[in-house]
Amino acid sequence: MELEYSIEGGDFSKAGLASSEVKKILKQVNIKPEIIKRIAVAMYEAEVNVVAHAYQGKMLVNIDPSKVYIRFEDEGPGIENIDQAMQEGFSTASEAVRQMGFGAGMGLPNMKKNVDEFFVGSVVGKGTTVELTTYIK
Amino acid sequence: MAETVFHHALTILEDVCFGCTHCVKVCPTEALRVRDGKARLTANRCIDCGRCMQACPVNAIIIKQDDFSEIYKYKARVALVTSILIGQFPRHYPTRKIYSGIMEQGFSHVYEAEHGASLLIDEINQYVARHGAVKPVISSFCPAIVRLIQVRFPSLVENIMLLKAPLDLAAISFKKELMERGFAEDEIGIFYITPCAAKIAAIKSPVGEKNSPINGVINMDTLFNKVYSGFKKEHSSSCIVPEKEQLRAEEMAWSLTGGEAKYINGRCLSIDGIKNAIEFLEGIENGHISNFDFIEMRACDQSCAGGILTTSNRFLTVERLEERIVKYGQDKIEGKIFDNKTIDKHSSFIRENVKIDTIEPRSMLKLDENTEEALRKMERIRKIFSYLPGIDCGACGTPSCRSLAEDVVQGHAHTSDCIFIQTSLNVPSDQEIRAEKIWGKDRFRKLT
Repeated sequence: MELEYSIEGGDFSKAGLASSEVKKILKQVNIKPEIIKRIAVAMYEAEVNVVAHAYQGKMLVNIDPSKVYIRFEDEGPGIENIDQAMQEGFSTASEAVRQMGFGAGMGLPNMKKNVDEFFVGSVVGKGTTVELTTYIK
Repeated sequence: MAETVFHHALTILEDVCFGCTHCVKVCPTEALRVRDGKARLTANRCIDCGRCMQACPVNAIIIKQDDFSEIYKYKARVALVTSILIGQFPRHYPTRKIYSGIMEQGFSHVYEAEHGASLLIDEINQYVARHGAVKPVISSFCPAIVRLIQVRFPSLVENIMLLKAPLDLAAISFKKELMERGFAEDEIGIFYITPCAAKIAAIKSPVGEKNSPINGVINMDTLFNKVYSGFKKEHSSSCIVPEKEQLRAEEMAWSLTGGEAKYINGRCLSIDGIKNAIEFLEGIENGHISNFDFIEMRACDQSCAGGILTTSNRFLTVERLEERIVKYGQDKIEGKIFDNKTIDKHSSFIRENVKIDTIEPRSMLKLDENTEEALRKMERIRKIFSYLPGIDCGACGTPSCRSLAEDVVQGHAHTSDCIFIQTSLNVPSDQEIRAEKIWGKDRFRKLT
């Protein structure tokens, strides 16, 4: 099953809506609660990242009986140094974003920790792609 | 395998219900539908929060309670009341007068349900310290919240604190006390005077406990009406002076918002109201809300002061209880409080019995046990949903277009239950049959 959601950059009041929708669907297709929790954490982080850093983006979800695959594609500044971004606590988020409780620099490492396969690719000045794969069998 | 049906206290009076959709629309677990012109409740989805009862315009939803005369089956008839009951009465009625009024209704003992709370503070703090790995610990105080998590947030079931509520501790300690005073166990009847439906359900089908120590349940409004009309008629001058022990200040406030969280170490929050609770649980599940040690969560606005079986305005109840606490503080300074509590005598027994067994998730969201089949159903739901108008009018008898699509795929409804689909189908005979199935024949006679 394929799902697609668009994500608007900069609108924190809507950050997490797509993740909540997908989470509900994961519950409906009876994926184990402990797996849903891990996916939920990772995809929420990724969605908030798009809102915090990009101009706009989309979230593509593919669920089959063996795995849940989620891809985030955004148009934004991109990530200059991915290795650095993968370090816990590293953040380029603005002070305003941090004051809203986001941007603690745990995003990418936390995503990686919660899924089975993790990919992040980026072109500076164009945008970032994040892929999260979780096996459910 | 036979499915276990969970007891729920909310009951729909068929002859009163006229099949509007107020209740269907407000249910946080989508447990209600209109069929044959009447609201129908799916027992396993219902968490007994009582929102439907509040929304019903004709009072067709009631809470089943034990017959009042049941109390006379017992020699020791204990009214286990929450401090919220004291808060129902106008300020000029002292607590002692209220106790006397309750006993005049036939009870031999009055015991306040929050007596276990001060003992519990210590236990909760130890529990929270022990459960560092699964944070936050979510209080098990409100039974509607426990059920909400079971059915809608199965992944958070492990966060629920596996400790009993003060009410259960009060019940077991007072029962023990009465047995020590010479009553046989079967001579003791403990009746909980409940401000909400959820506690009834929790007593009749306990979660995480084998048996409840409580023998019966009486609705708070029923007892309040009896006692208060007694006061109004003033035939209650006989002034029995009941044995009485004082709740401590922290116990008096336990059932109010902030009652628990205030005493728990670490970063804590108090959440009240079912919508707020759902939003907050979503946040915990996403990991967006984290680094909390303890969350107090209650389904009603203003916690138990807003329980659906309360009579007084919730804010007035809070005011009265806050005054009670201030008075307690003054009395304490003046040396008027004798802090000899029954429950303290039995504290080691209580501590041995404070835990509840594991709580199981029982998700009502899953479309099928088998993920492959559930995915197929999901595809069909999405397809059907794309044809529906998306205005969630409720005229099909379900809360939303999405729930109609789900019901169709699960075989409980038909796409042509949707009035918008009906007009495009242009098959009058089928339309009438479908519409009558939802709304009953009488509804249509009204129109002709």
